[in-house]
Formats: sequence, structure tokens, C-alpha cells
Amino acid sequence: MTEIIVVTSGKGGVGKTTTSASVACGLARRGKRVAVIDFDIGLRNLDLIMGCERRVVYDFVNVIQGDCTLKQALIKDKRLETLFVLAASQTRDKDALSMEGVRKVFDELIAEGFEYIICDSPAGIEKGAHLAMYYADRAIVVVNPEVSSVRDSDRILGLLSSKTRRAEKGEEKVKEHLLLTRYSPRRVATGEMMSVTDVKEILGLDVIGVIPESPDVLSASNSGTPVILNEQSDVSRAYEDAVGRLLGETRQLRFLEEPKKGFLARMFGG
Amino acid sequence: MGLLAFFRRSQPTANVAKERLRIIVAQERSARGGPDYLPTLRRELLEVIRKYVNVDPDAVQMNLEKEDGHEVLEFTVALPEKGKA
Repeated sequence: MTEIIVVTSGKGGVGKTTTSASVACGLARRGKRVAVIDFDIGLRNLDLIMGCERRVVYDFVNVIQGDCTLKQALIKDKRLETLFVLAASQTRDKDALSMEGVRKVFDELIAEGFEYIICDSPAGIEKGAHLAMYYADRAIVVVNPEVSSVRDSDRILGLLSSKTRRAEKGEEKVKEHLLLTRYSPRRVATGEMMSVTDVKEILGLDVIGVIPESPDVLSASNSGTPVILNEQSDVSRAYEDAVGRLLGETRQLRFLEEPKKGFLARMFGG
Repeated sequence: MGLLAFFRRSQPTANVAKERLRIIVAQERSARGGPDYLPTLRRELLEVIRKYVNVDPDAVQMNLEKEDGHEVLEFTVALPEKGKA
């Protein structure tokens, strides 16, 4: 049984690729066979976040056009045995990706015994975003607690319920989950930032994770190590919780409150 | 920057954001799945109404509701109070 999960948001820069990489790693760390695919044709980035940019020989479009086999294009992760990356093409041809092409690649991944296919959607609501969500069984909607991100993600919810295969065939609808990123408990406490309850209420979605704002995300992308693998970081723990919930575990939300600082830390800004 | 401004660096605006989103999301959801001509229809109806009454664009609400078997298009215009128009 293969589950296809799209990581989407509408708005750019909210953490789709960071989330795709960390969720894929989290699943693979539990021994699941995972393929993570970059759907952002023309703007390849997942390879950088995964730290495999220098090993990209063939990409998603090459496979679809028959320039290589799927096996040749899948990049095996160096840290996790069961994790594979399929890079986006750098072509400027927006039509390089087709519905049938995507289907063909998914069918092959399913036949190869992959348990999870994670689709890292491009921003926007155009063709790439549509193709990334079309075959999805589940959607992780990545949202920042900020007005434009929330509104755009609601547009995406509309598309998930009308422009996906499940919607078109009248099957059970795509399972939608809310993942809040760049959450600052301090600013929520002072009333400067919408809380997880606020966003949940507006969008009417169940929350699969709340990722605290942290410098660890930038240093993870700098070094090409998905942030979930940085065990010291709260961000890693928050993503680990989200992966657990994705697999049906019940886990209390953490990191919703500002960590209490000691007297010295407060004095010296530690 | 005054001393007071220094201590009150940012205003608590989260509730404003929430309220604005609540309204716009509800409005956009009600138009969703409806025909593409709805925004144009709304604009043109508004233009006609404004020939007679000076209403604010905010005062016009359009709702498309699906009831069993048929759709109801509801168009509500809040007219300004007398003397203000």
C-alpha cells in the first residue's frame, strides 16, 4: 500500500521544502520506503535541502520523457537506507510535466514497493501545484501564522476539494492537515501573532504539527541536512511529532509556550 | 522614538488579523465552486446600484448556496442611512 502525500501552501517561502525533507526523513527513519519528489519545475531546490545537489544526474522530466529509467534518476540518501530523492528539472518548459507522465512515475514507484511518495509542491496555484496535488491521498498544508499565508492556504483547500483525482472521481476526499511553521510563542503571548487555535478556527483543519520559529532551520538548509536530523533542536522534535501523528499516533502539541529562561539567561540574552 | 514607544515596540494586532481573515475567507468560500462570472456580476450589479444609491463596495454581500437540487444566489445590499447618501 502506497500513500501519496502532497506538501502544499499556495504562498511561497513558508516552509514546504523544509517540511517535505523532514517528513520524508522522519518516515524513512522509521524504516518506511520513501520517495520525495520536487515538483517545482524550473526552480529545483529540494536537492539542496536534502544535501544531494551534486549527485543529480537525471531528473523528474528526464524520467517522464524516457531519457533514463526511474532507477537511474532516484538519488539514494546517504544517511537513510530507505529514502530516495527525485530532483526537479531545470527546464524552462512549463509543459514538460504532464498528468500521464506523473501517473507513470507514480505507478512505477508503487510497483517498486515504495510506501510513501512525498510531493513537494511549487508555490502558486498553477500547473505544477495542480500536478503535485492531483493524485494525493493526503495533503499537508503548510501555513505561517500571517494573513496572506492563511488566505492562500484556504485557496489551496478549495483546489484540494475540487481539482484532485479523488474529488473528480467522487472518492473519499483528500485528508487535509494543517502544519503551522515559524510559530513564535512569545509573539503569540503578547498578541502580536495569531495562535494555533486562531488559524485552526479560520481554516477548520486538524493540526498535524506546530513548528517553532528557529535559527536551526536556516543552519540546516545551509548544511544540506534536513532539520529533523538535528536532534538538539526543538524544530526536529516538533517535526518528529508531526510524523508520529501522520502515522496515527496521538501526541500532545509541544513548543506552544515560550521556554522559561533563567535569571542569567534573561540578563545576558542567552 | 520616545521612551514609551521603545517599550511598546509592537501592537497586539493578532485579533485584527483573525477578524479580517474570518470575513474574507468566508466570503471567498461562498463564491467557491460557483460560476466564474460571479465576480463580474457582482461588480456590474454594484455599478448599476451606484447609479441610484451611493453604496459602499463593502455593503454588498453575495452568497451562493446549494440546496438540494438547486442553487440560490443571494445578493444583499446594505443601503446607507438617510441623509448620508
